[in-house]
Amino acid sequence: MPDDAQVSEHRMAAQIRDLRHVYKTATPLDGVTLDIPEGRMVGLVGPDGVGKSTLLSLIAGARRMQKGSLRVLGGDMASSAHCRAVSRRIAYMPQGLGKNLYETLSIHENLDFFGKLFGLGPERRASRIEQLTEATGLNPYLTRPVGKLSGGMKQKLGLCCALIHDPDLMILDEPTTGVDPLSRRQLWELVDAIKASHPKMSVIVSTAYMDEAERFDQLIAMDAGRILAVDTPEGLKAQTGTDTIEAAFVKLLPQTATDGHSRLAIPPLDHVDTQPAIVAEGLTRRFGDFTAVDNVSFRIRVGEIFGFLGSNGCGKTTTMKMLTGLLPASEGQAFLFGKPVDTKGTDMRRRVGYMTQSFSLFGELTVVQNLRLHGRLFHLTAEKTSARITELCARFGLDPYRDTHAAALPLGIRQRLSLAVAIIHEPEMLILDEPTSGVDPVARDSFWELLVEISRRDQVTIFISTHFMSEAMRCDRISLMHEGRVLVRGTPEDLVRQKNAPDLEAAFISYIEDDIGTLGDSRARAQQALKDATAAVPAASPERPGRVLAAFERTFAFSTREVLEVLRDPVRLAFAFLGSIFLLLIIAFGISHDVEDVTFAALDLDQTPESRAYLTHFSGSRYFIEQPELHSPTEFETRLKSNDITVALEIPRGFGEDVKGSSTPEVSAWIDGADPQRAGTIEGYVTGGHMEYLDRHLKNSGLDMSDFELVTVETRYRYNPSFESIYAVGPSVPAMLLMLFPAILMAVSVVREKEIGTITNFYVTPTSRLEFLVGKQLPYVMIGLVNFVAMSVLVVVVLDVPLKGSILALTLGALLYVTAATGFGLLVSTFTRTQVAAVFATAILSLLPTIQFSGMLQPISTLEGGAWLVGTLWPTSYFVHLSVGAFTKGLGPGDTLRDLAYLLIYAPLFTVISAMLLKKQEV
Amino acid sequence: MRQLMNIFWLGIKELRSFFSDVVMVIFLVWSFTFSIYSEATGSSEDVNNASVAIVDEDRSALSRQIVTALYPPYFRTPEEIAAAEIDRSMDQNKYMFVLSIPPDFERDIRRGERPTVQLNIDATAVAQAALGAGYLQAIIEGEVAHFAQQFGDEYTPPVTLALRRAFNPNGSDSWFLAINAILNNLSILTIVLTGAALLREREHGTIEHLLIMPLTAFQIAMAKVWANGLVVLVAFSLSMFFVVENLLDVPIAGSKPLLLLGVTIYLFAAAAIGILLGTVARTMAQFALLMLLTIMPMMMLSGGVGPIESQPDYIQPITWLLPSRHFMEFAQAVVFRGAEFEIVWRPLFNMIWLGSVFFTISLMLFRRSVTSQR
Repeated sequence: MPDDAQVSEHRMAAQIRDLRHVYKTATPLDGVTLDIPEGRMVGLVGPDGVGKSTLLSLIAGARRMQKGSLRVLGGDMASSAHCRAVSRRIAYMPQGLGKNLYETLSIHENLDFFGKLFGLGPERRASRIEQLTEATGLNPYLTRPVGKLSGGMKQKLGLCCALIHDPDLMILDEPTTGVDPLSRRQLWELVDAIKASHPKMSVIVSTAYMDEAERFDQLIAMDAGRILAVDTPEGLKAQTGTDTIEAAFVKLLPQTATDGHSRLAIPPLDHVDTQPAIVAEGLTRRFGDFTAVDNVSFRIRVGEIFGFLGSNGCGKTTTMKMLTGLLPASEGQAFLFGKPVDTKGTDMRRRVGYMTQSFSLFGELTVVQNLRLHGRLFHLTAEKTSARITELCARFGLDPYRDTHAAALPLGIRQRLSLAVAIIHEPEMLILDEPTSGVDPVARDSFWELLVEISRRDQVTIFISTHFMSEAMRCDRISLMHEGRVLVRGTPEDLVRQKNAPDLEAAFISYIEDDIGTLGDSRARAQQALKDATAAVPAASPERPGRVLAAFERTFAFSTREVLEVLRDPVRLAFAFLGSIFLLLIIAFGISHDVEDVTFAALDLDQTPESRAYLTHFSGSRYFIEQPELHSPTEFETRLKSNDITVALEIPRGFGEDVKGSSTPEVSAWIDGADPQRAGTIEGYVTGGHMEYLDRHLKNSGLDMSDFELVTVETRYRYNPSFESIYAVGPSVPAMLLMLFPAILMAVSVVREKEIGTITNFYVTPTSRLEFLVGKQLPYVMIGLVNFVAMSVLVVVVLDVPLKGSILALTLGALLYVTAATGFGLLVSTFTRTQVAAVFATAILSLLPTIQFSGMLQPISTLEGGAWLVGTLWPTSYFVHLSVGAFTKGLGPGDTLRDLAYLLIYAPLFTVISAMLLKKQEV
Repeated sequence: MRQLMNIFWLGIKELRSFFSDVVMVIFLVWSFTFSIYSEATGSSEDVNNASVAIVDEDRSALSRQIVTALYPPYFRTPEEIAAAEIDRSMDQNKYMFVLSIPPDFERDIRRGERPTVQLNIDATAVAQAALGAGYLQAIIEGEVAHFAQQFGDEYTPPVTLALRRAFNPNGSDSWFLAINAILNNLSILTIVLTGAALLREREHGTIEHLLIMPLTAFQIAMAKVWANGLVVLVAFSLSMFFVVENLLDVPIAGSKPLLLLGVTIYLFAAAAIGILLGTVARTMAQFALLMLLTIMPMMMLSGGVGPIESQPDYIQPITWLLPSRHFMEFAQAVVFRGAEFEIVWRPLFNMIWLGSVFFTISLMLFRRSVTSQR
């Protein structure tokens, strides 16, 4: 028995038993049991959102298993040790164009990075990159950044990156979605060639294009988290008695889903109006030196359904934006109903309905609220709006969802709502930008039924873009677009006939080839390149570096990549290097407790030489600026109120007499107490002026003030003898900024990978948690140190605070402190999901203890209880102490050992905790 | 009319969006309640619990009397240390003040020889050091005077000075801190709400959807300003009258309608800055980073942290461009000094036109930022 199991296992790339996966709102896998044989090409077909991606990411080890059992390449994927070991043998390309690639890095830099993660030595890396780029035809573009590649090229690069380490199991999640037909064909040829050169390799590919399913050895049809059928393409068709996979799939669906589903019949366009609804003449749009749309012209008749075909990024959306007046054309002109389109006129827009590519309704509003809002914005009356809502809800089957929030609707229903919103004001024309992408075949058909009805019954002109060939066949006329240009237009049937092609896709490819010239046989080239390499590689021997060395290499691979990314992101770069310097200056100028130039005015009711003598002690002081004299007690109040003066002095009548005589007059000083702290300082100044007067008065009578003193209190203001706040700000504000900025940058850097999806590369490569974290941390520690040096120079040179103590100790402290700060950023990144949350959480969580409890506002020795505890536990306390010590107290290296020792503990602490909290798989 | 209807309906949508964003609502409530309360009552720059050490080389009744005169809440119970420990303990931040009483101090006082006590102050904490030194000096002199009552001649000054504080007679820190906190949170909230509302729509693509409808950028921006402004205004009013006035007992000297008028004007100016940031930034992450660099200077240089006249001369003309500075001037005048419209019309006017300038610039950038994206 065990032998049997062993044997069968060896022949299976993956064995899946009752695998379940549940999220809060969805159940992508509802008990899947499946065997995926080794050495075969297996296709996973089904519409979006049925659990294909979840299944593939589980097999790849990118996602943590919940329930059931899953064995991949002979080991249990529930064991993290096996996951990590097997990751060297698996290649995984997640869904989405270039999802796991780094946009700002070039093709070569991306490949090199992946090579390093899998521990390939420099020579092997170079030869492998050479070979793969040769096979894919990416060779001439090695230095081009990924962000500037077309969708097809991105996917080819993705494939290269996945294949860099020569895997035994290749998992491709929808590699051809959003790619133009030619690139799509090339991609499949590439996969075939790779498969041919590695007969033992197993390949699992998912796709939403049913027409691609024919090429697999075995098909797995999936719907709603369950397996519908597993068979060969022929077997599947025979089983259902249909002639296409798409039809077979619809047949396989449970009865309820296909209720009312029938073959869509489109009545011919009988009413032919000669007047064109849309005219485009030589439309061109450039973004910098990139031409997105190049000299596009067409005419669309009233009532026509006009299809606009092309892959992602070929200029369809940009053309549509120009038609709607959202985007001004660089050249050329568009006309709607004979009137030129411009970006300002709003009247034309009342006649047009528009549905954008992405779901662009307000998710937080309900179905009815969305409809009502749009009705009101198109200035329908309240009654008319309500009538239209009732009508549209009934016609589009939205009644059961009236009070559901748009964000919570199933995809197919959302598309219908979008369409309802687009036509609520009964437009004469509809512009629809890929309205059905991501919608399953059944829902797509019912959507088209609505379109046909609107077009034929209400004579609405429809301009629709799509990348589904089957939808294109339903249009009256189509135009094929490629790289910004319209290649050809006509009825779909004519286009196919002209090329003698079996179907529209083949015709489209042939039109593209006519346009750019045949690229030669990509399959042959790929096979040749791969064969050459297989012959050459064994000689170069697979040099596997030692474990420790490999770990260091992976760490530095992450560091190098991070440095390149930061250098190429101007906002982060500016924030990293200028942000803290800018804020240091701002704060240094802002937090000034030095009060000077206090305005005062006197109400001198005495007007004697004696009273004027009293006042000279104020008007002559450098702290005070005298304002015009006050004349009445009411003026007194108004001028204080209007902030015209800060201090008002009142000298009573008979002051001069009384001073000489026996009675003691009282001078009143009113100080603006709005800012209590400033008022406190000013009180001191006023008392000072008063004392000076008394002193002078005594001296006149031959006495000295000190004769009357009982005790002298000799105050020594240490560390800051001139008593200026800059001596406090100078050394301590950099401590705050060195916590804030590195922590924020660090947290954003990690969370960004989560948001963009490149974190997958950490999940599916042999990278350990610490390698990933430390690798990402190193560049930010360096940035922090550069900031530290820049700020220190600024403090000494611009703020004029001398650095009296040990520079070495301070720099060492800064290194440890910045390590702790970035570590804190890592810690925050483990529990935040979006970059915004990361910024705010880091800012709030780090600023509070830094400002309040680290001795910046109040010495820690004066804190109590919780505040004291936080202050004692927070690393900033020690760095502030060290920094103040080094700057103003002039402490040497010996005096700072205690602080350095504490910082040495904190430096690795946060990183280690983050490593424990970081998840090696997606949850 | 159509303009106004569009702005109205779009604003209603903004309000619905805001209230469905639980995190933002929590953030708003927290900012205007707990955050203000803790900022006003938490850390004060007054002397509180200052750590004092005594080097008592006299060990007389008088020196002990001075020691016992130092007690909480201003001072922590003093610790006694040896003279040799002074430098080291101060270098290590153990004490803010170290008071040295020389030998034969009491005897010298009796003889009228005017002995000297030495007060070491850690002046790196500028504010507390100055105030604390003053208190300590007064306490020492008071104790000595009390001790010496029975002998020696006393100095009677020919003139006395009566110091009075207008507007905040007790010099309560929490008044100023509360007002400062509520104004800062007002700025932060308004900028975050409007800017994020705009960016969220840009990231979701709904802004393009709106621009394709018969709406103008002005209407879309204005709707965001009034809806988010209204939310913040209501939160501000509730917080002002419940948290600040009642809970924290801060009296509002001036007219409340005038205060609300000023807040409304400021909300417009701050929202305009939010919209401006929302148009300049391309992603939420960029917005968050830009916002930190905008709000910090707005708060730091508004006059709430340090007085405007203490800023270097070349900075002052720049801070004049910050609406927060004019708002702080206005709000302090109304809340504390009870100023009337005739006195504060100038900052109000400045806020209006600064807000209009920011708003106009953001409108100019608005369409460009939407259309320059591919």
